[in-house]
Amino acid sequence: MRSQSRIAFYLLLTPLVLWLGLLIVIPHIDMLLISLRERISFGVYDRSLLQYEKALTEPLYLRTFARTAVMSILATAITLIIAFPVAYYIAKMAKGRLQQVLFLLCLIPFYVSELVRTFGWMILLRETGIVSNLLQWTGLADQPVELLYTDATMMVGLVYTSMLFMVVPLVTTLESLDDSVIEAGYDLGGNGFSVLREIIIPHAMPGIVSGCIVVFMLSLGNYLTPTMLGGKDSLWFTEMIYNQFIVRSNWELGAAFGFMLLVLSSVIVWGMLALTGRTLKETMG
Amino acid sequence: MIPTIPTSRAFRLTYGAYVALFFLYLALPLTVVAVFAFNDSQFPSLPWDGFTWAWFFGTERPQIGVFHERGILRAVGTSAFVAGCVAVLSVAVGTTNAFLFNRYEFRGKGLLYVLMLLPLVIPGIVLGISILIFSSTLANGIWDLAQMDIQALRPGLLLVILGQFSFITTIATLVISARLQKFDRTLEEAALNLGADRLTAVRTITLPFLAPAMVGAVVVAFLMSFENFNTTLMLVGSDAPLTIAMFDRLKEGSTPLLNAVSLLLMLGSSLLALLVILFQRRP
Repeated sequence: MRSQSRIAFYLLLTPLVLWLGLLIVIPHIDMLLISLRERISFGVYDRSLLQYEKALTEPLYLRTFARTAVMSILATAITLIIAFPVAYYIAKMAKGRLQQVLFLLCLIPFYVSELVRTFGWMILLRETGIVSNLLQWTGLADQPVELLYTDATMMVGLVYTSMLFMVVPLVTTLESLDDSVIEAGYDLGGNGFSVLREIIIPHAMPGIVSGCIVVFMLSLGNYLTPTMLGGKDSLWFTEMIYNQFIVRSNWELGAAFGFMLLVLSSVIVWGMLALTGRTLKETMG
Repeated sequence: MIPTIPTSRAFRLTYGAYVALFFLYLALPLTVVAVFAFNDSQFPSLPWDGFTWAWFFGTERPQIGVFHERGILRAVGTSAFVAGCVAVLSVAVGTTNAFLFNRYEFRGKGLLYVLMLLPLVIPGIVLGISILIFSSTLANGIWDLAQMDIQALRPGLLLVILGQFSFITTIATLVISARLQKFDRTLEEAALNLGADRLTAVRTITLPFLAPAMVGAVVVAFLMSFENFNTTLMLVGSDAPLTIAMFDRLKEGSTPLLNAVSLLLMLGSSLLALLVILFQRRP
């Protein structure tokens, strides 16, 4: 029996190790090694920190890196602020059938490809689009208005794309908050604001953290939305990675960029977890 | 701020209006995409030139419908093939992972569990390039050693499948683990007492119990693969899946053909999602 169990254990362990080893761990080590080399001539490479030196001294690279980070944090914050009242409404105000319907309505847009969602925003906001026509019709504008290709448009798209991943964890944690606790808060003399601050938000913290982590990751790693909705000036870090790999074929620099993105996301995710005293396992598993 | 606590009428109205606005925001882009699939014009924008089915069934230029457009149909086929492979592979590995983490205590289990979660917090594009780099290292190594050119290791469908598999497996593992944790192990022991060997017990008792979660995971994996863009973008070769094919066309300027494809995609994925909900409702 024991040896049979051992065999079963190794049979179950093998796919896991193959998957994580061959597709996650080794490729990332290889990526690190590639980013740490410099091309001397055809097929001859040297170990060097040149790629990182380039990435950290060239203003365009550095600015794009910082911009991507700041804009992703901003997108996360905006998503949280927009989603929280809605999640609260679904979890606490709506009852029965209405609650189920609203929750399902939140999920539907995300069964559709991100490409389709971005396409929808392009139809709405472009110069010949619906919003521009509406503005002219109501007299608020006297000529076609181009609403695409600005940072604000990109933000609208980013927030839209990741909304679900904020609403769902928030609804789940808020639902577990007992109504009587809120009532007790009011009975003890609290008002709407202090109940929100002292009771509701602390209770929703796990949902807030996991929602923020996922939304931040999705914004940081987004390629479609900045490319299609953002302007010439709103270059995103993922676009630079794509350019180095596919357009310029400069894999060394591209790998360095990839590694920087990975470090940035790990640091911020780890920071969020540390700040709230939670572990990855609790938050994601 | 719950229904039992009295609030002012103005507050309730504002709150209701806010939630309504939010759902308008959610629905707007998708509605617009769907409506313009029926616009009898070369552009998916105003003015509205009348209703037509041509973008679905049209056979003549300039309005060739989805069902007669070879490029799009081929891309749909490619996507379905990739998604099918990814769904089967990731649910298979997800199931073995779930059993491993649920049934065994071993050294390094915690570390492996965190590693298993990592693909969810690695940006898709980074997953894509790391696999691209490693496969090309492998291909070059094999060339240097044996002068063999392994085409499968160059950007193409195999790499797309592996790239998507690398993170969808995490989701499959989580979905199946959640169900396995609810399983009453005494049922399995009863089967063993009745003379079944371990494999038979798992096959006849545990796997049927897991079936709803496994079907759910297959559908989720299929949809995620079908819609994936970031990882696929880095690994794609000459056979483009649907999202990439649509992206290429969108860059060149769009016709209502893309709206028609999008509408069909929405209908298809809603139908699949509905099937899962119905399947899981069944006692």
